[in-house]
Amino acid sequence: MNRLSRWFPTPLLSLVLLIVWLLLVNGLSVGQLLLGTFLAISIPLFTYRFWDTQPRIQRPWLLIRFIVIVLLDIVTSSIQVAWLIINPKRRMRPVFVEYPLTLKEPFTITLLANTISLTPGTVTTNVRLDKSSLLIHALDAGTPEEVIEQIRERYEMPLKEIYEC
Amino acid sequence: MTLYVILEAVISLLLIGGATFAFIGSMGMASMQDFFMRLHGPTKATTTGIGCILIGSMIYFGVLDRKPVVQELLITLFLFISAPVSAHLLGKAALHLKLERAEKTQGSPAEIDDDANSIKPEPYPEHGRTLVLTRKELEEKQRQ
Repeated sequence: MNRLSRWFPTPLLSLVLLIVWLLLVNGLSVGQLLLGTFLAISIPLFTYRFWDTQPRIQRPWLLIRFIVIVLLDIVTSSIQVAWLIINPKRRMRPVFVEYPLTLKEPFTITLLANTISLTPGTVTTNVRLDKSSLLIHALDAGTPEEVIEQIRERYEMPLKEIYEC
Repeated sequence: MTLYVILEAVISLLLIGGATFAFIGSMGMASMQDFFMRLHGPTKATTTGIGCILIGSMIYFGVLDRKPVVQELLITLFLFISAPVSAHLLGKAALHLKLERAEKTQGSPAEIDDDANSIKPEPYPEHGRTLVLTRKELEEKQRQ
């Protein structure tokens, strides 16, 4: 186990690299598979020192459910934002929200910030580096509390379950 | 034969829908009131627009070459990685420049509204970056 984790410090990243390489060359041959495996092993070995330590995924199935929810949210949010743009009568109510974080790890905070930027009318504009809060700009929201509640229920709690328990 | 007609309709719908989304996203960039609101158009509507076009392309070439085409997934992946990061960086730069925002915006983040003289960027020891303190944190620090 020890030796294995020395060669694969980040197994998930290695897998993603291999798949991306095979997609890039657009073909499945033994040579490319070997080259891809070589890259998938060597790139994490050279770069893992720069990475924040990645927490272990506790529940992979929840992660898949989370990804599906986020993808669906991206579609609905685009429709909402598009409707906001083309409807001249609708008044937008932009809000700056300070979102108090309950997540602790830098990696999961990054994931949450990215998810917020991708979904319903919200962009993370600042991650306070003391890891206590995010500054979020929402395009159309009633009150800051609504935004905080929505994000906490939809994204932060699942992430917490997946990574930190 | 009818299968091709249906597929053609689906592909056309995806292409037109995608183009419309991308157009509306760009239109939002032109018509919004302040920088922070303008940030929303390109990050979301455009992402979905490109996504629709890519799905259309996948179906089209999949049918044409009679084998599954998955390279478009790569574009989607890179887009999903880069869109939020660039939006975040733009937003952060805007905060540092203290750009004006629309008057109706609720909430007053410390990054814009605090008096610039009272905040000193603090080196953040773990990463060697700088940290902007809110007024409350600054007071706490001085008390210590």
